[in-house]
Amino acid sequence: MAERLSNREGIKGMANPTRYGIERVAYWLQRLTGLGLLAYLIGHIYETSTIVNGKIAWDKMLEFTQTPQGHIFLTLVIGMCVFHTANGIRVMLGHGGIGVGKPGQPEYPYKAASLNYKQRLCIWVSIALAALAMMYGASVLFGD
Amino acid sequence: MAVVAAPKPSEESNAKTTNQPNTITLRIARSNPSEGQESAFSEFQIPVQKWTTVLEAILYVKQNLDHSVAVRYSCRQASCGSCGMKINGRPALACYTKISELNSNIITVEPMNNFPIIRDLAVDFKQLIANHKKMKPFIIREDSEVTSESKEFIQTPQDLEKFLQFSYCIKCGLCNSACPTMATDTSFIGPQGLAQAYRYVADNRDKGKDDRLKIIDDSHGIWRCHFAGSCSHVCPKGVDPAMAIQLLRGYLLGFKK
Repeated sequence: MAERLSNREGIKGMANPTRYGIERVAYWLQRLTGLGLLAYLIGHIYETSTIVNGKIAWDKMLEFTQTPQGHIFLTLVIGMCVFHTANGIRVMLGHGGIGVGKPGQPEYPYKAASLNYKQRLCIWVSIALAALAMMYGASVLFGD
Repeated sequence: MAVVAAPKPSEESNAKTTNQPNTITLRIARSNPSEGQESAFSEFQIPVQKWTTVLEAILYVKQNLDHSVAVRYSCRQASCGSCGMKINGRPALACYTKISELNSNIITVEPMNNFPIIRDLAVDFKQLIANHKKMKPFIIREDSEVTSESKEFIQTPQDLEKFLQFSYCIKCGLCNSACPTMATDTSFIGPQGLAQAYRYVADNRDKGKDDRLKIIDDSHGIWRCHFAGSCSHVCPKGVDPAMAIQLLRGYLLGFKK
């Protein structure tokens, strides 16, 4: 009720990557990969903690990660990790005011200096690095 | 001096053959939350020219088809910031958006998100104005340039350029409407307020930097901005709030003094 009255877009609006250019897509991917990596971290702690249940339990868990599904999951983790790191560095530098352009007299058609080609290039490079890392990871995992 | 050349005959005939609709469908979101009326769309057929703006189309509805449509507007030239609304899903000023540039025969107008609806397309600006005031949008210093003993505060063009662009804010609220943080955080100051904080912090006549940094250094303040850049995408005056926020955060992170 309160949300309807305040007319807030809510999580649906926040998670919508369309409408506002590649910067909003990067924002969405950064959040998504962050959540994915958090899920991986929890899963990883659970996986390694099985060692306390003895060698059989540990081997069983390792077998589970050696399945095609396990390989696909790890490939995704590699991609998420690389994108989150590379884009995170861009965002952190931007947060300090680095690479966001300089204030000046705006001239029609008012292209925002903070959404400059360097920022967009860094986003595309982050996506490309993640794709390359995933391809390399997949080739190693599925290689044998 | 800029010279506008008359179109050549061949260009003129090309323009006539372009697929410019003469009539469009205008869908207006209607609601009245104070009377518990849910949002529903009313559709109107509007004759348009290539220069017709969305605001003109809405006013055509008010004048000829349904005078009960609620819309806030004033200057009709992107100076007052009154007619912000969601046009085909994106926040924009209705007076500054030509129907011909939307490339659609169906135009949907809705009230801006992240603002409480008063009625139909009119939204409540209370929170935006309160956050704007919270940023102390005035020069803070002990002495004054208006007394007879004091001189005017001289600024170089370079000093002026550091904040001039941010002083063009017309408080239309489009940036707050596009912001993904505003979509979920009801207490967030918002890009408009934060950009205005930077406008005064960057002004070398102002001595209130520490006061303002204290206000924005809050869990619902500047740290909630994640540099999605949507505010700058929709700003109709080239204010670039995303840049102002990142430069402002530079002070708190120690990158700037």
